[in-house]
Amino acid sequence: MKVGTILRPALVLLLLALVLRPEWFAPVFAPLAPQGAPVIYERSSLLSLSLSHLGLVAAATAAATLIAVALAIFVTRPAGAAFRPLSRTITNMGQTFPPVAVLALAVPVLGFGAGPTLVALFLYGLLPIFENTVTALTTLPPATMEAARGIGLNRWQRLLRVELPLALLVMLTGIRLSVVIALGTATIGSTVAARTLGEVIIAGLLTNNTAFVLQGGLIVGLFAVLIYDALVQLEAWLARRTGTS
Amino acid sequence: MIEIDDLTKIYGDATAVDHVTMTVETGTITVIVGTSGSGKTTLLRMINRLEEPTSGEVRINGESTLATKPHLLRRRIGYAIQGHGLFPHHTVARNIGAVPQLLGWERDKIRARVDELLSLFSMEPAAFRSRYPAELSGGQQQRVGVARALASRPDLLLMDEPFGALDPIIRARAQDDLRRIQRQLGSTIMLVTHDMEEAIRLGDMVAVMDGGKLVQYATPAEIIAEPATPFVAEMVGDVERPLRLLSLIPLSELVEDGEAEGAAMPAGASLRDALAACLWTGRSAVPVEKDGATIGRVTFAAIRARAELHA
Ligand SMILES: Nc1ncnc2c1ncn2[C@@H]1O[C@H](COP(=O)(O)OP(=O)(O)O)[C@@H](O)[C@H]1O
Ligand SMILES: [Mg+2]
Repeated sequence: MKVGTILRPALVLLLLALVLRPEWFAPVFAPLAPQGAPVIYERSSLLSLSLSHLGLVAAATAAATLIAVALAIFVTRPAGAAFRPLSRTITNMGQTFPPVAVLALAVPVLGFGAGPTLVALFLYGLLPIFENTVTALTTLPPATMEAARGIGLNRWQRLLRVELPLALLVMLTGIRLSVVIALGTATIGSTVAARTLGEVIIAGLLTNNTAFVLQGGLIVGLFAVLIYDALVQLEAWLARRTGTS
Repeated sequence: MIEIDDLTKIYGDATAVDHVTMTVETGTITVIVGTSGSGKTTLLRMINRLEEPTSGEVRINGESTLATKPHLLRRRIGYAIQGHGLFPHHTVARNIGAVPQLLGWERDKIRARVDELLSLFSMEPAAFRSRYPAELSGGQQQRVGVARALASRPDLLLMDEPFGALDPIIRARAQDDLRRIQRQLGSTIMLVTHDMEEAIRLGDMVAVMDGGKLVQYATPAEIIAEPATPFVAEMVGDVERPLRLLSLIPLSELVEDGEAEGAAMPAGASLRDALAACLWTGRSAVPVEKDGATIGRVTFAAIRARAELHA
């Protein structure tokens, strides 16, 4: 706890500085850049790249959450139980497909830009959310579910008032995993011209400029760590607030 | 009045409940007792249609339970189970107010009812209202579970081993509470247990089940004095039979004129308590008092004679 209270603001400040005032870090990165090459990435603003990166991740995760949760609800109802193995297979396939392959297949259909990246991130986000939601919905406390029926809640009321609220924590854990995977995976979107922080890394790789690679990697890494941490805090707060820890 | 009419439930080739017929009077506690697997839970769950009967029918105040949609029927029938089944993400107040809220009561009315029930169960409303179930002891969780079942003043309260998870001392207190509250509210209760002691202690009527069949349906005194089958006799326990019987008879039935040494006992106490007092203090009689005045005594000999009557 003590470490977090100091470390967290420090990392936030470091991230803000890296994104908003990259020139401050020129002395640090200079030894890593080749002779005469630029030390700080300046082809486009790191702020706009960061926002576009985060926007892609947020849009893909939101869509994945919506579909995965809807699917999980469906396959945990009596009417949908028969589809559970099939839906598992499909979401698992989404994961085993290499992201580069998804991009390669999606480009001819969707063209260059954000489209293929969104598809890849969406597919990668499905599995953890789906698995966690199914697990949560199938392991609810039996006495509570019996009582929910026994006192006269209908199906919808049971789902909305009891099942989903009780599943929320485990669901959020799935969403957290998805977000972190997406933050990293989004970088390769730059190979098909999506605007992400991957642009900085790829520029560095193409010109042998380790300073760029480190700069891009550091920003993506810090976003991942801080967002992960924020979601963990949110889960802990929810658990305390609802007595479901 | 609850009429259970030839109720049967068959799972595959196993008959869980086998042609059970019984009538429960309004304002009484009926305890369904039997060994594990005898069909008690299935019988109870058919009353609020958590389980649909294979054949037969249940009528509440003359109206078939099939006439109402199951979830609407259940809002009129209280339901409390072992392990309480409280909603862990709702406060005590929201748990207790769940059914009134479903029935569309106004906020103020619900709040007043919640506080009334908490007080009835000796839980200070201000201290408990906004706690979560995880912040309560086992006994308190159980009381909130029963309060939730009573909240909308249901026609009937079904309880499935409600005290099964409590330790013996807390269980005895919970039973006394239930008895007191039932008398106070005049509720009709059907309660399932595997514990004959609990059945005799709580029931106005006791229904004994064995292998899905209702083998005896009678008052506790009759069950003890005249068990209908060897199975019932075994459940009552031969050794303790006289003692169980004595625990049902108040001192007022055997009180006679005369003096006795030592502390007086109230006329409402049981012969079993008087017997214990005699044995414990080495007396041959105990004084009996009513409303603070001594009205006579009960002798050890009289208690013994009464016990032998049924031996
Ligand atoms: N859903 C079910 N499917 C199959 N058999 C069941 C089901 N529910 C109960 N039974 C069987 O019915 C019998 C009675 O069960 P139950 O009513 O739970 O007994 P009790 O509550 O007296 O222990 C048992 O043999 C049990 O295995
Ligand atoms: Mg049972």
